[in-house]
Amino acid sequence: MAGKGRGVGAFTFNIEALGIGRGSMPEARVGPSPLYPNTDFKPVPLKVGEDEDYMLALKQEMRGVMQRLPHNIKAQSSRADVEKYTERYLKQRQIEDEAWTPDWNLFPKELMPRTKKPRTKATKNKKSGKGSSKEAADVLSKLDELEKKDDGNAEKSDDEPEKKAKNEEEEEIEEEEYEEEDLEEDNDYIESYFDNGEDFAADSDDNMDGEATY
Amino acid sequence: MTAQEIRLCGLLLQEHFGEVVEKVGTHLLQRGAQNLRTIVQETNLSVNLVKKCLCVLVQHGACCFTSGRKGPGSPTEYRACSDRILRVLRYPRYIYTAKTLYGDTGELIIEELLQRGHMTMSGTVKTVADRLTQNMEEGHSMDYREVSSAFSKLVETHFLQRCPPVGGAGTSGTTAPAAAPAAAATPAAAVSVAPPTPESFPECYSVPHVSLIGRGKRQLVPENGEDQRNAKRAKMDTETHGDEGIYWQVNFERFHQHFRDQAIISAVANKLDQTSSEIVRTILRMSEVTTSATAACTKPLSANEVFRSLPASYNIPRHILDQYLTLLVDDPMEFVGKTGESGGGMFVVNLHRALANLARATVESIVQERFGSRSARIFRLLLRKRHLEQKQVEDFAMIPAKEAKDMLYTLLSHNLVQLQEIPKTPDFAPSRTFYLYTVNQLPTARMLLQNCYKTVANLIERRLFETKENKRLLEKSQRIEAILASLQASGAEPEQLSEVEEMISAPEKQQLDVLKLHVNKLDSAENQVDETIFILESYVSSTSTS
Repeated sequence: MAGKGRGVGAFTFNIEALGIGRGSMPEARVGPSPLYPNTDFKPVPLKVGEDEDYMLALKQEMRGVMQRLPHNIKAQSSRADVEKYTERYLKQRQIEDEAWTPDWNLFPKELMPRTKKPRTKATKNKKSGKGSSKEAADVLSKLDELEKKDDGNAEKSDDEPEKKAKNEEEEEIEEEEYEEEDLEEDNDYIESYFDNGEDFAADSDDNMDGEATY
Repeated sequence: MTAQEIRLCGLLLQEHFGEVVEKVGTHLLQRGAQNLRTIVQETNLSVNLVKKCLCVLVQHGACCFTSGRKGPGSPTEYRACSDRILRVLRYPRYIYTAKTLYGDTGELIIEELLQRGHMTMSGTVKTVADRLTQNMEEGHSMDYREVSSAFSKLVETHFLQRCPPVGGAGTSGTTAPAAAPAAAATPAAAVSVAPPTPESFPECYSVPHVSLIGRGKRQLVPENGEDQRNAKRAKMDTETHGDEGIYWQVNFERFHQHFRDQAIISAVANKLDQTSSEIVRTILRMSEVTTSATAACTKPLSANEVFRSLPASYNIPRHILDQYLTLLVDDPMEFVGKTGESGGGMFVVNLHRALANLARATVESIVQERFGSRSARIFRLLLRKRHLEQKQVEDFAMIPAKEAKDMLYTLLSHNLVQLQEIPKTPDFAPSRTFYLYTVNQLPTARMLLQNCYKTVANLIERRLFETKENKRLLEKSQRIEAILASLQASGAEPEQLSEVEEMISAPEKQQLDVLKLHVNKLDSAENQVDETIFILESYVSSTSTS
């Protein structure tokens, strides 16, 4: 009886005065609302028309152009990745970009590249940017040289697309080999590390063994 | 600066300037003004990379720098401008407006300037002329003079403005010799810590004399004329046109004024009729130059003046004009107000009131589309009557008590409706307290604005996800297009071409089409949410100035 009384007596006033009658209390909320709640009303369709289509085209074009401008700075790490077949096309396109040298009168002096290295690099890019067929060929040959200089990795990636066309099995085998190499390397590293540990704490190991046998 | 804004800014920066710039940009947005050393330390990027990023941000006006805030000699500090970054969302609209007002030339000028941040007049004119020539038939070319005149027109109507010259206190010592030509062209700014606004320089809208003679050049076919073109370009680059050091940027404020005027005109046309909208258009056009951007209403104009300025083609006799003006003044939307009786009555356009009304209509329609027309009725009722008790809401809205309660509580839980307690006694006893429901327009508009930012960010995120999911397919189609293009250039046979085309299978093609449809829809939605953002943003900013 007392328990029931307490439940009812939580309100020290007549709740009818609030306009909340018996049974008309809204349901209590349990937990947070769902991430994708059901909507009672479906959204209105987008406006369609010539204006909207043109602006859509403008937007997409703008995005494409901005990504190709020198203002769009690529992350350095992406270059270290294994070269893909498609990247050659993309690279060719990027080479045609002109380097961008801002008017330093408008910028704080401290932003000027101080070291000589990046500057020379920039001018090189600029030259290739002019993009005569001869120079483009030079660049390509240089890229090839760089590829050859790189060890196994680059060659493999070079072969990949051709092999894909020929035979998938071969590629799989190759991948397996590759993985094995990796594993070996890993093992080498771990063994050497383990050796060090043994040398250092040989005594304690012996003790441990002794305890275990007893 | 809210979390939603920072998220959206980050996504926009990432899409347009790459991930590294995004990292520096969001860092600046989160931490406020910082100097170069701190940025390098806290972002863990290399110094040169950070420098490059800052250059990009400054170039696009997304970041401003001041020096000597903490006394003379203290390092330069960089501060990201979130407002400017959010403008990226509206780029298509600026370009499209320029197209409707000034044709293809205007469109390309604005587009180039938006892409590059700021440029010299000669540089812009040359690039635009070259691009136009590219699109013309063989044998035709665009004259530089034509483009220059379009450029001057854009400057005259204030759609373009000069970039403010750099005049910081700390840098003046080191940059004085280098900045001398710029300072000579535009009188040196008063040394102040606050960043100067472009409008504060007297020559902001004066076009320098540019000696540019010639026509746009067509990009020649690579094989035959390559060396020749290189030589030509090298020669061109060294030429001076007399406007070095004077850079131009897009005046977003002016564009926003134009959008606002257009919104008012179309609202009048929808509410009343075409003729009255033309009258409002005339009043707005007459006061375009004389009214400042932040004014609450236009300069008063007499009915006589309006009558004289009405284009003859409208054929509105004087007495009809008077009737229309009375009608506009009496309209509850209060777009047009009467300030005096002289000269047949003095009339103004209440710009801020109009913005508030447009924002209210936007909020109302959002409630209607989200919660249905009956909830919208309750919402409008509360807007009009200000404070109502629950019982009164049920009665006035003529909705059964139970449903009305449900709707009211839903609105309350979405923060669209606020609850005000007024106790009769100081103990806040519920039985002796009035519970009044009310709608505060400004906070509601602010909240919806944040929701809009969130929506756009979600749209972008979704689009990135869709493209990422289909990356392989997109790359494949790109590759095939490249092969097709190279084949076509080398004059391959049609069978060969069709063979390459068949490398994309039918289901793949279908998937690509679906993807394209989705991306288009998402992009279009971004554009259209921005229209709502514009209305709400201008309303919020108009309340802060008045």
